[in-house]
Amino acid sequence: MNEIPGDLKFLKSHEWARMEDDGTVTVGISDHAQGQLGDLVYVELPSLGDTVEAGNACAVVESVKAASDVYSPVSGKVIKVNDALADAPETINADAFGEGWIFRIAPSNPSEMDELLTPDDYAEQIEAASD
Amino acid sequence: MQQTVLNAAHKRLGARMVDFGGWEMPLSYGSQIDEHHHVRRDAGMFDVSHMTVVDLRGDHVRAFLRHLVANDVDKLRSPGKALYTCMLDKAGGVVDDLIVYFMDDTFFRVVVNAATRDKDLAWIAAQAAAFGVGISERRDLAMIAVQGPQARARVHGLVHPAERPAVEKLARFSACEAGVLFVARTGYTGEDGYEVMVPAHAAEDFWERLLAAGVKPCGLGARDTLRLEAGMALYGQDMDESTTPFEAGLAWTVAMEPADREFVGRAALEAQLAAGVPRQTVGLVLDDKGVLRHGQRVITANGDGEVLSGTFSPTLGKSIALARVPAGEPGAVLVDIRGRALPVRVVKYPFVREGKVRV
Repeated sequence: MNEIPGDLKFLKSHEWARMEDDGTVTVGISDHAQGQLGDLVYVELPSLGDTVEAGNACAVVESVKAASDVYSPVSGKVIKVNDALADAPETINADAFGEGWIFRIAPSNPSEMDELLTPDDYAEQIEAASD
Repeated sequence: MQQTVLNAAHKRLGARMVDFGGWEMPLSYGSQIDEHHHVRRDAGMFDVSHMTVVDLRGDHVRAFLRHLVANDVDKLRSPGKALYTCMLDKAGGVVDDLIVYFMDDTFFRVVVNAATRDKDLAWIAAQAAAFGVGISERRDLAMIAVQGPQARARVHGLVHPAERPAVEKLARFSACEAGVLFVARTGYTGEDGYEVMVPAHAAEDFWERLLAAGVKPCGLGARDTLRLEAGMALYGQDMDESTTPFEAGLAWTVAMEPADREFVGRAALEAQLAAGVPRQTVGLVLDDKGVLRHGQRVITANGDGEVLSGTFSPTLGKSIALARVPAGEPGAVLVDIRGRALPVRVVKYPFVREGKVRV
């Protein structure tokens, strides 16, 4: 398992969220999740300006094996999407916590970040699931 | 879960293991797309030891197989020759697909699927009783498929020099014994290569020698995308007891001639031909982004059908599928992918053959 960056928060369903300095929240899927999915071949991005609710599906990642919904860790408005993933979905396999980010949100309720799992909690969860 | 004799070798190579019909098998060792390309461009190997090898022996074994399977084993005249076929139930439904190897007039070898082993062995035994055929399952054999444009050369280098000429001159869809090995020029990838049966105790050594010869280990993930590009059916997904070979795109594996060969399912197939085959299997290509998946609804001019096997094709860089749809010209076809109806092209498969895109 790759090192999990300490500034990330997680959903149980393997999405990560990072509060940026400008108050926006970047979202992706975890390195563990990309490993489980295998080679990604298609990413369906949300539309710019979409309003999303915490816990609702707003993107889809598809690997050769399976399609998987991506849930938003926080509520708010989609202000940026990672267009590069359209032609290079494998970026998520290569760098799930970095270049493989999926979308960015202007959160309507930043305190939702506090309800997410810490890196330690998330690491514990995936370890428990693999036993 | 059952394990093949190569289980430890897979784990040493860091394979992601999955449950495949009760067997713990490697899904991939790294990127399954890389493994796929490696088979198309060079040589890869697959542990297929979970498959069921059965030897059939007896004076009436040829007559028995002419009764058991829908293709005609009388096409097999020279020792080692292989035939792909289905065995059917009385209603013409596919019990399983299999490869039959003719060894000599009292000995044929068949290879059936792993997931259907129990059902198949019971079915074969029930049909065999009247023919006095002895059935022995060869659990003492492991099987490694070596596939790709460089596969044969890599295997030749590992065969004992005394046995090498016999292997080198094997025709397609033929097999020979080479020392302790049984080497068949068959496969499930659309590439040239061999499926090699090796005594279980020698399997790991043979696997390691293949590795050392530069053959890349490949998992079930790549095996599935390779076989689907090659237009090869997967039992349980593309056909089962609820489909006849005609509906499954497998008419080429059925020998209705000679008309006096009474194989199991023949009467039902004749009735279906007379009444008209109600469904057909077609190839689909999705030029849009997205992935066709098993179970998705296919909308045609003649009514709805469904995606059987669907995946992302690494060679085409887009999604392909086999689908069962109503008979007749399907018109403009759409597939419902998560609520969106996307247009697909209906194509003749195979999609890819020997590294070349055909659609």
